[in-house]
Amino acid sequence: MNNPQLTKDGKLKHLLSIEGLPKTILNQILDTAESFAGVSEREVKKVPLLRGKTVCNIFFENSTRTRTTFEIAAKRLSADVVSLNVGTSSQAKGETILDTVDNLIAMHADMFVVRHAQSGAAHFIARHVPSHIHVINAGDGRHSHPTQGLLDVFTIRRHKREFHNLRVAIVGDVLHSRVARSEIHALTTLGVPEVRVIAPKTLLPADVERLGVQVFHDMRAGLKDVDVVMMLRLQNERMSGALLPSAQEYFKCYGLTQEKLALAKSDAIVMHPGPMNRGVEIDSSVADGSQSVILPQVTYGIAVRMAVMSILAGNPE
Amino acid sequence: MKIHIKNSRLIDPRNGINAISDLYIVAGKVAGVGDAPEGFNANQTIDASGLVVCPGLVDLSARLREPGFEYKATLESELQAAVAGGVTSLACPPDTDPTLDEPGLVQMLKHRAKLLNLAHVYPLGALTRQLEGRQLTEMCELHEAGCVGFAQTDAPLNDTRVLLRAMQYAATFGFTVWLRPQDAFLAQGGVAHDGEVAARLGLAGIPAIAETVALATILRLAAETGAKLHLCRLSTRIAVEMVRKAKQSGVAVTCDIAANHLHLTEHDIGFFDANCHLKPPLRSQRDLEGLREGLQDGTIDALCSDHTPVDDDAKLLPFAEAEVGATGLELLLPLTLKWAADAGVTLPDALARITSIPAGILGLDAGHLGVGSSADICIFDPLQYWKVEAKSLASQGKNTPFLGLELAGKVRQTLVHGQVVYQKP
Repeated sequence: MNNPQLTKDGKLKHLLSIEGLPKTILNQILDTAESFAGVSEREVKKVPLLRGKTVCNIFFENSTRTRTTFEIAAKRLSADVVSLNVGTSSQAKGETILDTVDNLIAMHADMFVVRHAQSGAAHFIARHVPSHIHVINAGDGRHSHPTQGLLDVFTIRRHKREFHNLRVAIVGDVLHSRVARSEIHALTTLGVPEVRVIAPKTLLPADVERLGVQVFHDMRAGLKDVDVVMMLRLQNERMSGALLPSAQEYFKCYGLTQEKLALAKSDAIVMHPGPMNRGVEIDSSVADGSQSVILPQVTYGIAVRMAVMSILAGNPE
Repeated sequence: MKIHIKNSRLIDPRNGINAISDLYIVAGKVAGVGDAPEGFNANQTIDASGLVVCPGLVDLSARLREPGFEYKATLESELQAAVAGGVTSLACPPDTDPTLDEPGLVQMLKHRAKLLNLAHVYPLGALTRQLEGRQLTEMCELHEAGCVGFAQTDAPLNDTRVLLRAMQYAATFGFTVWLRPQDAFLAQGGVAHDGEVAARLGLAGIPAIAETVALATILRLAAETGAKLHLCRLSTRIAVEMVRKAKQSGVAVTCDIAANHLHLTEHDIGFFDANCHLKPPLRSQRDLEGLREGLQDGTIDALCSDHTPVDDDAKLLPFAEAEVGATGLELLLPLTLKWAADAGVTLPDALARITSIPAGILGLDAGHLGVGSSADICIFDPLQYWKVEAKSLASQGKNTPFLGLELAGKVRQTLVHGQVVYQKP
């Protein structure tokens, strides 16, 4: 089966998911991001790589943070940026996804950044755009959020340098999480030998081991001697019902506290994709503590998104 | 009209015929096999050298989309597709709009199908009114109007007591109840098999237990009520095992699977191929092997097309939002032949699963070529490959997971009541 993300000669054409990307491309993105990390600290925070290009953010599902970081990344590359919250306009009027996309193609957009509540939406759009347009998945249902996965491994690389000797734990609602899926693929592709997932059985997908992870239900056992703790956000609607009895019990069993974090290595870092539920999946003292790299993740997110956009723009069909 | 079909490889599974032979048709009926009846003078001779002549196919599930969904397909387009696929009799499920829960609707459908003079249409009546799972339909009236059984299709029937009553009532009159086992709560929101692929793609899962839990209830109720039960579209290995045991213990049950499920697994979804969005979902490789084993040992009685034409717009959506279903009438024969070739099953045995056996399930005197029977006949070239693509399909629905593939087995001619209703162009 053709990999829909790559050109015929194996270059990145779209960024739809981490799965299926070779290690060389992941490293190329991380290295490029490294070179952009400095740009944000300059007085003039711009490079002209995407001058004259139009980047179109199409958000079928609302998001402030991700959309904003994509906007900033595109602007720092000197692109013209248009952002649409389609969830609140055309879709509500009954327009289909393809109608919306066709209209933007007609306006000569060069790159689409897409978020949608359905798994596979970015693949779907990528299949239907003309070949000169690049598509970046900014989150599709439970499936994938590749730039988040990339900025997470970028953060790990900045703090731990190597991947081949790490033990990483991902904690929380893996079942509904596109972030977890992207993190798992990024970590295993880059050669992390031990990726653990920690969650109750109700929040794990069937056959999750097939993704190359070890499963833990006991958080204390799962955190033992890990180098990185990646927390996942628990959506409000999952907190009480048939998946979990209450937010309180969840915090008791799967919330990250200083006491549980002490089981990890002493130099372990703590990550979270945001937005956090303090007191549900993570204690404030951990979130704001010395081992937390949650805010640096946000900063790196811009460099990683600049890297992805510039690489895509440099790979015309 | 007298027709002589000569030099064919004649296969009639029910009558144990598998030989190079001739077939003679007089006034719409089979008048002789092998030897010409006395005084036979053919008006028309069909030379079927190198071709197989078998009973017209009997399909246990083909959605014709009328009434209510004429923008997806019409009775005419789909009955054309049926005969292009060699299907001469088909059962259509009641999930139309309005649902087939009124005798008048059934009569109308039968009448309109008859005027078209293509394949025979045998409607299944709704088991419950509007398929809502609350109130029984007028089964006797519907039976008189032409319903050959009563089905709940894919609509949930959550109230076990209603299910019990429906089976008791059907058993009173000897009607067959058609059920696809699926626990509505366990399947809720799911769009793909709850396994490795759904985990990877982030698709909401339908676990195998959604089928087996419901099946356990249904089998128990069938044993209790004595209702004649036909299980539709089984998809899991464990379900096949359960039916095998139930049959051994004497429960009156038959079952079918869809031809797609005999060849495809969850992995065929690939990168969200909406053509693989089916009900039940495509399952794991082990499930597929279980289905093949069940079909071969007779636990699974019949294969059906589960023909469900969907318009292109309804498929041009992300996987979960894309409408469920695939076109199938014209693929039933080639997919059956492919199974026979893969599994080393003889042609007569394979053809029995789409002719005589489903005819028996429907209670029809069809699916065989005995002298005196209606001359419903399929003539096909078992070795001719053809490419599945929009322009090669007569059905208005062009979506199938097999799009772009080459399959062996092309229908040359189809006869209904001794009249050629399809001729390969």
